[in-house]
Amino acid sequence: MAQTIIKVENLHKSYGKTEVIKGVSFEVKKSETKVIIGPSGTGKSTLLRCINQLDSPDKGRVWLEDVEITKPHIDINQIRASIGFVFQSFNLFTHLTALDNVRIGLMRVREMKEEEATKIAVEELKRVGLGDKIHHYPAQLSGGQQQRVSIARALAMNPKLILFDEPTSALDPELIGEVLEVMINLAKEGVTMIVVTHEMGFARSVANDIIFMDDGIILEEGPPGEIFKNPKHKRTAKFFSKIT
Amino acid sequence: MNFFWFAWSISPKLLQGSLTSLELTVLAISIGLILGIPLSLGRVYGNKIIYTVTTIYIEAFRGTPMLTQLFILYFGLPSIGIMFPPFTAAVIGLGLNSAAYQAEYFRGAIQAVKDGQMVAARSIGMTKIKAIRYIILPQMFRLVIPSWSNELILLLKASSIAYMIQVSELVSVGRQIASRNFRTFEVFLVIAFIYFVIVEVLNRILHSVERKIKIPGL
Repeated sequence: MAQTIIKVENLHKSYGKTEVIKGVSFEVKKSETKVIIGPSGTGKSTLLRCINQLDSPDKGRVWLEDVEITKPHIDINQIRASIGFVFQSFNLFTHLTALDNVRIGLMRVREMKEEEATKIAVEELKRVGLGDKIHHYPAQLSGGQQQRVSIARALAMNPKLILFDEPTSALDPELIGEVLEVMINLAKEGVTMIVVTHEMGFARSVANDIIFMDDGIILEEGPPGEIFKNPKHKRTAKFFSKIT
Repeated sequence: MNFFWFAWSISPKLLQGSLTSLELTVLAISIGLILGIPLSLGRVYGNKIIYTVTTIYIEAFRGTPMLTQLFILYFGLPSIGIMFPPFTAAVIGLGLNSAAYQAEYFRGAIQAVKDGQMVAARSIGMTKIKAIRYIILPQMFRLVIPSWSNELILLLKASSIAYMIQVSELVSVGRQIASRNFRTFEVFLVIAFIYFVIVEVLNRILHSVERKIKIPGL
């Protein structure tokens, strides 16, 4: 059995009086691609942000490998450095070139020498097919290219897993393919990923395991073949019938 | 003596005064910059105590006339044993005042940086301080230049109130000259022109800085 990278146990999160996540538990194994799907506003993004504590969970525990990262005195910055995060709206640093976006974490968080950081950053930019755009600023790149830079930024830190928060939702339809292609390759290479997405094609063909979330809970979980063909819950079946 | 000969004849003294005005402005804007940044950070990122302290400072200096502040500093403080020479008092007074205004411009610029920038910085493991240092402030400086230029120009012109505490800046030199030959109108026309030229030069310098550090593609 592959090693567990992330374990989430009974996670709860509320904003004011609204409970967004109502007790979620799951595990992600090494090299697994876990895809989270479900209607909008059911806490999928919040769940991702609770994993690396960009939002702090109200209750429940999260382990990264064998370290419980929800403990009060843990160095969360060090933990975050080893969990990649790819945002829906890219969030590249606007004042930095693609190269600097990718190597700033290496230099300022990992405190790596410029030369070494540059080497890694260039390599990661090539990996996402942007070897010829390293000196471009975000505003000079298309949305798809920006999102690929942000994937390279996550990869450069050599993370234990990468969290993708609807990585293609902000893209024009013709740019979605290039981002998905990069993600498919990462899955093949064995990068551990949790992907929140509405791309059912991607979920079906790439996911090892799919989580269907509705109203703050995991309604069902299983391999794509099972979930798409024989959903156990009416809600899941209804969701699929609407989007396909 | 016609106007131009007259202007020429008083120009050495006026240049001396201009230099003092410029020196005063540069020192005061620097103090304001050095204090303004932490003040703005306190207002944006500070806890309740820091927020309150920085807000009180800023509101106190923006809510009272600069001349009053200068008089308190120069004529008021000696009564509790603190004395500054005129030029020093003017630099401190203008600097503390400018800090309050600059802090507000900085705050506005920090808040204009998109929220996602801080979130992304934290997501790669930067501490809040590193994120501010490497991600937020570099963007803030670019955004703040237009309003900061305004502050610099206002401060240069406001530096003339140092005349009220016996600093030999441009207006003060003008008064001395005019009191000797009574050609007040001409003297102050020349002085207005000098201010105008300095303002134009500063404007151009800041414009070119703005262009130079502009983020490509934005």
